[in-house]
Amino acid sequence: MQKSSRLAIYALIDLAADPERQVSVSEIGEKYRVSAHHLAKVMHALGRAGLVQSIRGVGGGYSFIGNAKRTTLLDIISLFEDTSSDCKLTDPRVATDAEWVLFDIMCEIDDLAKATFGSITISTMLKQIERRKKSVAAQQVAAEV
Amino acid sequence: MTGPDQNNGEDNGLDIRIRRVDRKDLDAVIAIDAQVTGNSKPDYWNDLFDRYATRRLNERFFVVAEPVNAGDGPSILGYLIGEIRTWEFGSEPCGWIFAFAVDPAARLQRIGERMFQNMSDEFRQAGVNTMRTMVLRHEPLPMGFFRSEGMVAGPYIQLEKDLND
Repeated sequence: MQKSSRLAIYALIDLAADPERQVSVSEIGEKYRVSAHHLAKVMHALGRAGLVQSIRGVGGGYSFIGNAKRTTLLDIISLFEDTSSDCKLTDPRVATDAEWVLFDIMCEIDDLAKATFGSITISTMLKQIERRKKSVAAQQVAAEV
Repeated sequence: MTGPDQNNGEDNGLDIRIRRVDRKDLDAVIAIDAQVTGNSKPDYWNDLFDRYATRRLNERFFVVAEPVNAGDGPSILGYLIGEIRTWEFGSEPCGWIFAFAVDPAARLQRIGERMFQNMSDEFRQAGVNTMRTMVLRHEPLPMGFFRSEGMVAGPYIQLEKDLND
């Protein structure tokens, strides 16, 4: 997964957790330790896809306007990467048996990855984050006892 | 954006009761399955009823979701079958969900979620700590649903072979 895709997922998760909140690019960038310049390009692409909106002025920033229950990780990744052609055979006309078999194995892995990304929505990610927080808190309590 | 139309609830949900299946529910269960899969299989369901609703009920759970006030509507809105299996593939005892559907007209009312939670409770009370299922990876609806309920890829990978190769 490319850096832009990862940043887009992080930003959307942050914004979708509280759609009423306006968050600035610098605030998200600071949290994920990335340059505001790189993140601005990512946010612009998310805006074009109708997932976030930008409000200018004091107190402005980005907010989430997509459908968290319908938007999958694959939808987001597809905005930044060509997910249709991850699995490539350089030249099928001259490919050897070994190249074909390795190609099949790579397609198998790719297919599984796409199915996984395609089944996880922003809403599911938010639920998973909550479960993780509870689990970490429970472990901390257990460690203190 | 497109994605799984998950039945994990758009509202607080319909008033339903989740209970063990009864023989009189079978026609409704068969109809839901036929609607979802496009394939009516009454013999299969009659056999499942005999095996999962009449014996070893401490480890087999065939439940249905019934509307509290059905009125003129359908009597059954969904079903779920789970079973505790022991030492298969070397696994410690764990709960398996192997049949699950919600009437398509009744989705987005938390019916699937409540049946899932009910089955989680049954398994937990029976002493198992892990629940498993298997889904077709190109069907985003069930995969998305189980993911939204917290299921993740487990330690096993399903392998198969085309016997005509």
